[in-house]
Amino acid sequence: MDLLNGLLNKEKRAIARMITLVEANDEEALRILSDLYKFSGKAYVIGITGPPGAGKSTLTDKLASNLRKEGKKVGIIAVDPTSPFTGGAILGDRIRMNKLATDPGVFIRSMGARGHLGGISKATHAAVKILDIAGFDYIFIETVGVGQSEIDIVKATDTVVMVMVPGLGDDIQALKAGIMEIADIFAVNKSDRDGADRTKVEIEMMLDFSCTNWRPPVTKVVATYNEGIEELIDNVFEHKNFLISSGTFLEKRILNSEAEIIGLIKDRIIDRIVNDSSNENDVRIYAEQAAKRKIDPYTASVELLVKSMKEVDNSGCKKG
Amino acid sequence: MGKTIRVLIAKPGLDGHDRGAKVIARALRDAGMEVIYTGLRLTPEQIVQSAIQEDVDAVALSILSGAHNYLLPRVVELLKEENAYDDILVLGGGVIPEEDIPQLKEKGIAEIFTHGTSTQVTIDFIRNNVKNSVRCS
Ligand code: B12
Ligand SMILES: Nc1nc2c(ncn2[C@@H]2O[C@H](COP(=O)(O)OP(=O)(O)OP(=O)(O)O)[C@@H](O)[C@H]2O)c(=O)[nH]1
Ligand SMILES: [Mg+2]
Repeated sequence: MDLLNGLLNKEKRAIARMITLVEANDEEALRILSDLYKFSGKAYVIGITGPPGAGKSTLTDKLASNLRKEGKKVGIIAVDPTSPFTGGAILGDRIRMNKLATDPGVFIRSMGARGHLGGISKATHAAVKILDIAGFDYIFIETVGVGQSEIDIVKATDTVVMVMVPGLGDDIQALKAGIMEIADIFAVNKSDRDGADRTKVEIEMMLDFSCTNWRPPVTKVVATYNEGIEELIDNVFEHKNFLISSGTFLEKRILNSEAEIIGLIKDRIIDRIVNDSSNENDVRIYAEQAAKRKIDPYTASVELLVKSMKEVDNSGCKKG
Repeated sequence: MGKTIRVLIAKPGLDGHDRGAKVIARALRDAGMEVIYTGLRLTPEQIVQSAIQEDVDAVALSILSGAHNYLLPRVVELLKEENAYDDILVLGGGVIPEEDIPQLKEKGIAEIFTHGTSTQVTIDFIRNNVKNSVRCS
C-alpha cells in the first residue's frame, strides 16, 4: 500500500493503516507523518469529555451529523480504556455512530488507551494529524471518560466540551477542581431527565467564582433526540471566534505543540534508557543495588541518564 | 514492540441475540486483543466500512437469525470490492446448521464457530490465521 500518496488522496484504507502503524511506533509511518506534517493544522479539533455513560458518543454522533449537513468533513477518534492486565480492550463507542459508518465524509476510529493515563492514548496526537492531513475539517476526540484525569485532552484540542448529566449532585462539587480548567463549553446532556435545570444552575454557580475572559456557556441537550445540538455547535463556533479575536488561538496551539514535544522527548529518553534491550540490564543492575541500599535511586537515575548520553556521543546518532 | 490484534465484532441483519457476541468480545479482550464492538442490526455495508476504518485483522460475525447464507457471503463480497479481503480474516458464529458450513467456507468465511465451541479455540484460530504480513514492528 502506498501510504504517502494514499493519505494525500484521502483514501480511507491508507488513513486507517497509517493510524495502525503509528500506534505500533512504526518508523516508516512516523517518517511519512514528519514529511506531511506541514499539510496539517487546518482542521479544528474538539475534545468531548465527561463521566462514563454521560452520552459522549451519542453526542459526538449528533454533532458530526449536523456538521455533515453543512458539508463539512468530520473525523472522530474515540478512546476507551485498555485492560492493564491483558492489554486487551472492548472499544464500544461505535455502537452510537453506526449511521455514520458508510458516510464517505466521515472517518471513525476507535483506540485503546494502551496504558496511557489522561483520557487519550499516546498515538491520539498522531491520529489527529493523519485525519487533518487527509482533509477532515472537524476532528472530534472522545476521551476515555474516567472523569478525573482527563487533562491531556486540553493539550490535544482547540475546544473542549464537557458533557454533564442531571443527578450528579455532590459529584459536581467533587469534580469541580478538575472540570473548571478543562471545559470551554458545558453540555448538560440527558436533559429529558429530571434535574437538568438544577445541574445547569449548579454549573453556572461554579463558573461565577472564576474570572476568565471566556465564560463557558452551559447548554442543555438531549443527544438521543438531537435536541440542542445546533446551539452546542454555535457554542463551539463562538469559542473558536473568541480564540481568534482575542489572539489566543496561536498561543494555545503553541502550548499544545510544546506539550507534545516534551512528551515525545520523555518517550525517547525512556526508550533509550529503559526499553533499549542493550540497556535493560543496566537498569536491572542499578535496581538490585538500590534494593540492597548500595546506591540510592536518585543517583542511579542520574548515572543511567549520563551513561545513555555518552553512548549517543560515541556512535553519532545512535537511534532514530 | 508486539502488534495488538484488532477484531471487529458485528451482528449483521435484524437479529437481537447479542449474548454470544458479548461472550466472544470479552473472551478476545481477555486474550489481549482490541475488540471493536459495533452492536446490533448492522448492514453488511456498515460492517465493511467500519472494518476498513478500524483497520482490523479480523471481522467476527455473530448471527442467530437464520439469514447467514446471504449476510455472511455478502460481507466477503464487499470486502473484496474494497480490496480489503486479502488483509482481513472473516469468521462467523451463532446458530448455523452444520450442513450450511461447507458452502459458507467456499464463499470465503474462514471458519464458523457454533454453540459448544470453547472460546479458546476461537482465540487460537484468530492468532494462527490473521493475515498480518503487511503489518510490522
Ligand atoms: C436467549 C434466546 C433469545 C433471547 C435473546 C436475548 C439476547 N439479548 O441475546 C430472546 C428471548 C430475546 C430471543 C428472542 C427471539 N428468538 Co431467540 N433464542 C435464544 C436462545 C434460547 C439462546 C441464545 C443464546 O443467547 N445463547 C447463549 C449464547 C452464549 O450462545 P450463542 O449465541 O450460540 O453463542 C455461542 C456460539 O454460537 C459462539 N458464537 C456466537 N456468535 C459468534 C461469533 C463468532 C465470530 C464466533 C467466533 C463465535 C460465535 O460463541 C458463543 C459462546 O459459545 C436460542 C436457542 C439456542 N439454543 O441457541 C434461541 C433462538 C436463537 N431464537 C430463535 C428465535 C426464532 C427467536 C425469535 C424470533 C422468537 C420470536 N418469535 O419472537 C426472537 C427474535 C429476537 C430478535 N430481535 O432477533 C431461534 C432462531 C431460529 C433460527 N436461527 O432459525 C432459536 C435458535 C430458537 C429455536 N430453536 O428456534 N431469543
Ligand atoms: N435519556 C437519555 N439517554 C441518553 C441521552 N444521550 C445518551 N443517552 C444514553 O446513555 C447511554 C450511554 O450513552 P453513550 O453515548 O454510550 O455514553 P458515553 O459517555 O459515550 O459512554 P462511555 O464512552 O462508555 O463513557 C446510552 O444508553 C444512550 O442511549 C439523552 O440525551 N437522554
Ligand atoms: Mg462512548
